[in-house]
Amino acid sequence: MSTHPPAVAARDLVKTYPGEIKALDGMSVTVAPGTVFGLLGPNGAGKSTTVKILTTLARPDSGSALVAGHDALRHPDRVRRAIGVVAQRSGADPVATGRENLLLQGHLYGMRGAALTRRVDELLDRFALSDAGRRKVSTYSGGMQRRLDVALGLVHRPDVLFLDEPTTGLDPEARTAMWAEIARLAGDDGLTILLTTHYLDEADRLAGRIAIVDRGRVVAEGTPEALKGELHGDAVHVELRDAPDPVDAQLLRAAVETFAGVREVEVDGRRISARADDGPAAVPHVLAALEREGAAVAAVTVARPSLDDVYLRYAGRRFAEADGGAEAGRGGGADPEPRQDADARSAAEAATGSAASRTSAAATPGDAR
Amino acid sequence: MNTATLHPGSSPASASAAAPGRRGELLSQTWYMTQRQLVAIVRQPVVVVITLVQPVIWLFLFGSLFRKVVELPGFGAGSYLDYLVPGVVVMSAVSSNMWAGMGVLEEIERGTLNRFLITPVSRAALMNASVVQQGLSTALQSVVIILLGKAGGAHYPGGPGGLVLLVVGSVLLGTVFGAFSTALGMLVRQRESIIGINTFLLLPLTFLSSAFMARDLMPSWMRHVADFNPVNWALVAGRSAMSADPDGSLVLTRGGALLALALAAVWLSTRTLGSYQKAV
Repeated sequence: MSTHPPAVAARDLVKTYPGEIKALDGMSVTVAPGTVFGLLGPNGAGKSTTVKILTTLARPDSGSALVAGHDALRHPDRVRRAIGVVAQRSGADPVATGRENLLLQGHLYGMRGAALTRRVDELLDRFALSDAGRRKVSTYSGGMQRRLDVALGLVHRPDVLFLDEPTTGLDPEARTAMWAEIARLAGDDGLTILLTTHYLDEADRLAGRIAIVDRGRVVAEGTPEALKGELHGDAVHVELRDAPDPVDAQLLRAAVETFAGVREVEVDGRRISARADDGPAAVPHVLAALEREGAAVAAVTVARPSLDDVYLRYAGRRFAEADGGAEAGRGGGADPEPRQDADARSAAEAATGSAASRTSAAATPGDAR
Repeated sequence: MNTATLHPGSSPASASAAAPGRRGELLSQTWYMTQRQLVAIVRQPVVVVITLVQPVIWLFLFGSLFRKVVELPGFGAGSYLDYLVPGVVVMSAVSSNMWAGMGVLEEIERGTLNRFLITPVSRAALMNASVVQQGLSTALQSVVIILLGKAGGAHYPGGPGGLVLLVVGSVLLGTVFGAFSTALGMLVRQRESIIGINTFLLLPLTFLSSAFMARDLMPSWMRHVADFNPVNWALVAGRSAMSADPDGSLVLTRGGALLALALAAVWLSTRTLGSYQKAV
């Protein structure tokens, strides 16, 4: 990694929109070649503005941006030839066919003739659009349009691909298919991908490294595992068959707390909750201690920290909260283009997404055996 | 699986190979973008039908309504249809081009404009394509109106040369309004504003010109206003060119003014693209 220059290196980007709306406030991002990097944050956090600057569409007030080895501010034309972009909104021409859209895109990059036709056929085939290639894009489903968008970004074989909220507005099935496709681009093809998303589970699943963006800055960065690991602690919940009396409760708490790495033990009725550095490893000890005290256990769950917890820690607020609040306060201004109704929905989805990742990591003793 | 062809780092070889200089590139890019717009128009037959039916209605309505004005002393034309054809040609050029901003808005909202701005396509090619497409559409529309007039019994004593100059004038006028509308669309980013300004402008601009009424019969203040109205420039140049005895200086001055204004408007709309990008 250190032998290769970064595919993307943005330093201290500041961008203010008319009306003194600070969209970026010292944004710095470095992406190693051949990796998938996720910018995670609520609406209005500055993700799209960052992508617009890195893709030469917008200019920052200050800061520097190096993309695919070229200065995005001084040589936007060189950057343009080296990158592919899938923006939030499709951009495909609805009255043209999928094939025509791809051909035009190739022409704009100077591709011609048989080489271009071959490339277009290849992409249509790859994105399962061969049958629909001669149909107008206006007849495409949401998932098909999104696949065409990605194909449009790949026509000229870019080195770096930018995906700005690639699955927003897609139904769950299309979303899963898109995830598989992105994973394939990164894996088999070794593309460098910079992905923005406000789905916690999407970042968790696709990105090798994640930067959490809030109010125009990166507030935390690392691999999803490291970010979650920094929270020091899985949540361990034990449910007893019977509620202990207050004296026993104190004994139980003391018994559980004797293990290294287990802390913040609370006993509330039949429930005992604690934080543990390594939840799964702590469970047998906790169960043994409770057994020694004669407490019968009904269920145990271990929840790994989710990116939602990470976000809470670094941004100081819950993700869904920030996502909703950003709309009224900053989101509308930071992105001057009208936003779709999808936002309210996606905030809710982000919340449920994190809930889902919690439950999937939970296990009862019965399941473990 | 055909993933082997997607190597990172392999630059588009054909891209650099097919670069026969900037001018050639600009021309071919303009061609591809124009082609895209023309295909889009042809695939929306409703739009084509409306832009062709509306002038027919005007030709018929105004032709019937004002049939007798030629009998007014000093009108100076034998048949009102002869007089009306250039009026409808010019009015149609204005009314169809002033909606160009709507198309731009749609492209902005759909993300198409941004997609193009991220590619290496030149900004001039983007704007020129709109100008070329609008010009071709206006020319076709004008020719159809001229032919309909002919079918209805209009006379064109200036012959084909005069008609060509009328079409050129209406194309230049259309370019002025198309470019202004495009700039407006990128600046205000609101359909309502475009609709409002268009409905506000179309009739005053048309009636403050000699489109339907001979200049000599207009109130004197209207005559003076009309002298500064580009719509009237197109009419004066076109009518003179179409007459049996064209006045070269009239055609040249009015035509030259239109050309200058059209160039200024296109320059302005290209500049607006820059300010649009600043607000992205």
